Amino acid sequence: MSQNIIDLKNITKIYDGETSVLDNIDLYIRKNEFLTLLGPSGCGKTTTLRIIGGFEYPTKGDVFFEGKRINDLPPYKRQINTVFQKYALFPHMNIFENIAFGLRIKKISEREIRTKVEEMLQLVGMESFAKRTVDSLSGGQQQRVAIARALVNEPKVLLLDEPLGALDLKLRKGMQIELKKIQQEVGITFVYVTHDQEEALTMSDTIAVMSEGKIQQIGAPEDIYNEPKTAFIADFIGESNIVKGIMIKDYLVEFADRTFVCVDRDFGENTEVDVVVRPEDIEITSAETGMLKGKVITSTFKGVHYEMIIKEDGRRWMIHSTITAPVGSYIGMNIGPDLIHIMKRGA
Amino acid sequence: MVIRSVKKIYTFLMFLFLYAPIITLMIFSFNESRSRGKWGGLTLRWYKELFHDGVIKNAFYYTIVIAIFSAVISTIIGTIAAVGIHNMSFLGKKVVLNINYLPVLNPEIVTGVSLMTLFIFFKLELGFLSMLLAHITFCIPYVVLAVLPKLRQLNKHLAEAAMDLGATPSYAFRKVILPEIMPGIVTGALMAFTLSIDDFVISFFTAGRGVSNLSITVYSMARRGINPRINALSTLMFSAILILLLIINKRTVDQE
Amino acid sequence: MRTNQKILAYPYIVWLIIFIVVPLILVLYFSLSFRDGGITLENYRRFISPVYGKVLYRSLKLAFISTVFCLVLGYPMAMIIAGADITKRNLMVLLFVLPMWMNFLLRTYAWMTLLGKNGVINNILGYFNLPALNLLYNNGAVILGMVYNFIPFMVLPIYSVLAKMDKTLIEAAKDLGANEITVFRKIIFPLSLPGVITGITMVFMPAVSTFVIPKLLGGGQFMLIGNLVEQQFTYVYDWNFGSAISIIMMVFILIAMAIMAKYEDPMEESGGLW
Repeated sequence: MSQNIIDLKNITKIYDGETSVLDNIDLYIRKNEFLTLLGPSGCGKTTTLRIIGGFEYPTKGDVFFEGKRINDLPPYKRQINTVFQKYALFPHMNIFENIAFGLRIKKISEREIRTKVEEMLQLVGMESFAKRTVDSLSGGQQQRVAIARALVNEPKVLLLDEPLGALDLKLRKGMQIELKKIQQEVGITFVYVTHDQEEALTMSDTIAVMSEGKIQQIGAPEDIYNEPKTAFIADFIGESNIVKGIMIKDYLVEFADRTFVCVDRDFGENTEVDVVVRPEDIEITSAETGMLKGKVITSTFKGVHYEMIIKEDGRRWMIHSTITAPVGSYIGMNIGPDLIHIMKRGA
Repeated sequence: MVIRSVKKIYTFLMFLFLYAPIITLMIFSFNESRSRGKWGGLTLRWYKELFHDGVIKNAFYYTIVIAIFSAVISTIIGTIAAVGIHNMSFLGKKVVLNINYLPVLNPEIVTGVSLMTLFIFFKLELGFLSMLLAHITFCIPYVVLAVLPKLRQLNKHLAEAAMDLGATPSYAFRKVILPEIMPGIVTGALMAFTLSIDDFVISFFTAGRGVSNLSITVYSMARRGINPRINALSTLMFSAILILLLIINKRTVDQE
Repeated sequence: MRTNQKILAYPYIVWLIIFIVVPLILVLYFSLSFRDGGITLENYRRFISPVYGKVLYRSLKLAFISTVFCLVLGYPMAMIIAGADITKRNLMVLLFVLPMWMNFLLRTYAWMTLLGKNGVINNILGYFNLPALNLLYNNGAVILGMVYNFIPFMVLPIYSVLAKMDKTLIEAAKDLGANEITVFRKIIFPLSLPGVITGITMVFMPAVSTFVIPKLLGGGQFMLIGNLVEQQFTYVYDWNFGSAISIIMMVFILIAMAIMAKYEDPMEESGGLW
């Protein structure tokens, strides 16, 4: 417990006495980690963040901050700050005043405020913008100010609600790296909400995948990508081929009308399962030697690799590969035992 | 909890303040006694008298006729003017809009007095016509201000697209532009109608002796003392507005 | 195409010249001339006297007090409406606008019924054996009439600014350590200023120029600047002096409007009342 800065215990949130947005969630967040809540819209990730920030109260369950229960603590008494989705900068104050807002409430001396604000402006690379108005800044610049305004209060946890959602792709990539750098520099806990799996994979120490008000899987980005627990996660994180199969016995699975050796066990005998294969894990060979044989339907050059759709006995397979084959030709496909992921059906 | 009940009490007091006078008038319109404060029993006498009161009937007639005429005329002139103003150059537009604003911003009494001066200076006898002209004058600016934003929202290429497809300019206006700016025109017409019905100050200065609308009649009756017929009249007018609003409200709800 | 459509504005421009510009020029001309002709500043000089100074002072004072009452009473109301849920909110706005649909004179007349010597309030007092009060025909009655008639003009613009306000700004302020009072002082109130200014303008302007309310509720002995103008044109028939006062009033108000407009939200389209 002492290692965790935030503990959510059995959190349930119900709106209007009807729809439950969060369904009995348990989540702990370690000190100084970068944790991402990842999931499609409506999965409850923003509600979770708002409960930590104090903008919503859980219907059931408890929120702990450094071991102390903070359920009823209003947001302005929490050592947690938030970077809002659309920045929420105060339009009637200039950039300096926006960042100084929290410090002024704490009645800190004017000189100290000046030093701290300038430090923050430097951290986010906005030194020359102190006197500018909010609406004269671009989206990316407003983003940096919003981060500075939150960090200047030296919170122990920073909450970020899809902060890069409104930026264009190129800017978003740049900010991802910068945010990670800032987090390492200030050395505090970041709780980050996004629906963008790539963003989650690049930035996080830990990812919690959410769907329908539940946490589906929590772990390091590599583990989540390589060992997704359910077909939903496999499909949501990266692209996947998902086919129906039967687990004949341990280490042996049948799908696409033939048996494959795999590394999974303990599913029982002759159990229906979902089989997940990543597009980049399928190896292309000649039609005669491949485990599976199919016809190339499309082949699109994607920069680093080709994306091909292969039709095999009514099933469609997606392949990412650095080599390709002409559309209409037949190819063979090989899948290694450790690249086949078995999941319980319907989980 | 405390804050909630404070809010409730405050809201209640505010609406009491707003509605107490109106409700009092309504109750006293059924009062047998002529006195303002005492209750003398239920009666419909004042309503009967109201319908036989030539002055009030006359005023009612003028109010409605002038409101309809000024709403129709100011809507037509205002809509055409708005299209023209929309297409004017920056400077010309600014000058015209500022003059257009004058009747809106100016104290009503200044508008009233200046129009009265105009009519008398040019020897136009004060009466129905002068009052109608005055009403049209203060109504058009509101129509223009209601239609202009709709024109600004309009896709510039709409008319061009219509003409590209073979429409004449007037056909394009009728079939493409007009439907788009219709909400603004309707708003403008409604504003003109209600402003005209409700107007007192400008009518007071431009109506002359023979003609008077309801506001002027109420004013002169109120100054002479309390007349229960006014209570009956207010009750009828307020009920009419209430029913009208309920119908409009129901229609918008049904449309959704 | 564009240049062609411009001519559609010309009939209205002619109308504007005849019915807006010429009348104002006539008023200006009358204000600058003697009754029997000849240019003079006498009409303006006449206004600068203790008698009329008092009228002007009283008009400004009563309008100012009414505006303050409207703001102090109206702001909390606007906040309550803006904070209510959507169906309740629309109903409350409708209830606030509804009395405005009733004839202005009838509404003012209604207060005569309530406040009069033998009016409802005094009858209720009499029922409890309390002495009757002189409620009508004094400054208080005039202020009451102004507040009653003009308070919706204060509540509605403030309400519309508050309702449009981005709620995350309030959350952001709380997140940064501001309690409810600080949030109001530093975020809600400053951001609602455009609505407050519109409200002040829309209450003060009609209040300072009205002549109906002082006539009916003030009983005529409390002359305001509006009454002065009315008197010059309808009883005394001194159009020259009446015109001079009109011009003074108009200049005052247009200057005030221009100053107020500077403080309004530049993002808003000008002229939006609600």
